[in-house]
Amino acid sequence: MRSLKTIYTIWLREAKTFWREKARIIAMIGQPLLYLLILGNGITAGMRLNRAGSVGYIQFLYPGVISMSILFTSIFSALSIIWDREFGFLKEVLVAPVPRWAVAMGKAFGGATIAMVQAIIMVAMAPLVGISLSVLIVLKLLVLAFLMSVAVTSLGIVIASRMASMQSFQMVMNFLVMPIYFLSGAMFPMTSAPPWLKSLMMVDPLTYGVDAIRNVVFSNTSIVAGELTQPLIDVARQGGLVRFQLGFDVELMTLVAVALAGAGAWSFSKAQAA
Amino acid sequence: MSDIIQVVELSKTFGDIRAVDGVSFTVGAREIFGFLGPNGAGKSTTIKMLATLLKPTGGRATLAGYDVATQPTEVRQSIGLVFQDQSLDNRLTADENLKFHAMLYDVPGDVYRERADQVLKMVDLLDRRSSIVMTYSGGMKRRLEIARGLLHHPKVLFLDEPTLGLDVQTRNAIWRHVRALRDEVGTTVFMTTHYMDEAENCDRIAIIDHGKIQAIDTPAALKRSIGGDTIIVSGDDQLGADIETKYGAAIRRSGSEIHFQRAAGAEFVPRLIADFGGRVTSVQVKQPSLEDVFLKLTGHGIRPEEGSAMDLMRQGMQLWRRGGTARR
Repeated sequence: MRSLKTIYTIWLREAKTFWREKARIIAMIGQPLLYLLILGNGITAGMRLNRAGSVGYIQFLYPGVISMSILFTSIFSALSIIWDREFGFLKEVLVAPVPRWAVAMGKAFGGATIAMVQAIIMVAMAPLVGISLSVLIVLKLLVLAFLMSVAVTSLGIVIASRMASMQSFQMVMNFLVMPIYFLSGAMFPMTSAPPWLKSLMMVDPLTYGVDAIRNVVFSNTSIVAGELTQPLIDVARQGGLVRFQLGFDVELMTLVAVALAGAGAWSFSKAQAA
Repeated sequence: MSDIIQVVELSKTFGDIRAVDGVSFTVGAREIFGFLGPNGAGKSTTIKMLATLLKPTGGRATLAGYDVATQPTEVRQSIGLVFQDQSLDNRLTADENLKFHAMLYDVPGDVYRERADQVLKMVDLLDRRSSIVMTYSGGMKRRLEIARGLLHHPKVLFLDEPTLGLDVQTRNAIWRHVRALRDEVGTTVFMTTHYMDEAENCDRIAIIDHGKIQAIDTPAALKRSIGGDTIIVSGDDQLGADIETKYGAAIRRSGSEIHFQRAAGAEFVPRLIADFGGRVTSVQVKQPSLEDVFLKLTGHGIRPEEGSAMDLMRQGMQLWRRGGTARR
């Protein structure tokens, strides 16, 4: 009971402070738009990718940008622990008579809630890239955002529990978050990658998250291929742009999320205040 | 009086530095106990160990019967902490900060509302309770932290330099409430300070320097240990010599004034007047201050600029850590 209350208390603070930071909300809308509109359209034009009957680059990229925004939002939520440390608030939490693991869980659920808001923001951009969604798809997407975010936020908690200052933040971004993102197949398909790169991509857990989101997001859209109108998901699967079954992706994501949540809770319970 | 805090040979070393070097003391229930010493003397480190924020490297401490090293949750439920540097969430309102605290300490909703009013009134922040803390001044933040520390009526309230940078009214209001809390709820108060006048408010003081306790006693007893009050007399030119022969006191001249030590100085004045009535033009009795006590015990003053090397190092570290830190 005490643990549940703790999880709720920490979650509530995350939600409240998130809502107060309008700059963060603007970034959550602006950054993906930048990627989709500028990068997406730019690469499409530069590479002449939009052959009739195939998946357009911008449509391919859209689930990737959803994953990216969830990834960044979640890591950001977790690393707020370091700010709390620098601004002293962490002491208030660490000295409270509550189980530390429950604080870590509250933090992870807080991050996941914000990630779900991010997912909804992304849903609003679907018309821009010619993707059609349904209520069911949005619900599925929210579940995926939750799973992915619990995993990433918990990973961030593992790191933030040991990190004394914000200086190390750039290191984490460059040597952990960016590689995870680039290797996930969010921006280019695994099919055309050289074998060494492909094997790296296979071990990146985010690969399965991105694949799951493609599975879900492509399922309600049709494209014209030759004479026929075909479901986007089938074309993507034939082209190797969607590689695994949704069920497999979700099982793997759940496994990773649970393992990382455990690691996050454990690390945070070892965290020092000063 | 039962002891609520028992500390035996408690030590903390950081690398080669012995920040706390085998201190032993007890604090009685409902006592207001003070740690007096310069910055870097080991005051905050001791509090952090007692509050389970730092693991001791040696010795043992119990609080309300719980071992601080092995039963942290029980200890944490029993204590309130007001830190030296701020620990509020700047993005939340005062009310929200208090509510967050109440939820973590399992204070029921109706009790919370009553106590929030009470503590906010005490620190004079009732009219600003709905403002975001970021808009507060340093003094207001400090007051809010003290209010928060009292919210769950802890058995022991730790105050680490509690009135640093506060104005006199707020200081007095806080002291009034601390005493009321002790009398009504039975809270034990453990505070650190390097202000002499603040230490006077304590029932007992431990004087700490370089990680070691130099003396523990009531402020009055500590001051008595100096060897009595200083009597300052002015009068005719022969008075000094006569006082010396009559009372066998070692006198010291400062201008036209004659200084000498005497136990229970105020009681001595009538005798002095009876003996030398017509020749004395003025008498002053100066009681020894804690500053005098500190000076006598440690051989140096307590002013912050005389902080130890350890303190300088710590400040340097903080500067270095904060240097490259920009928010977002």
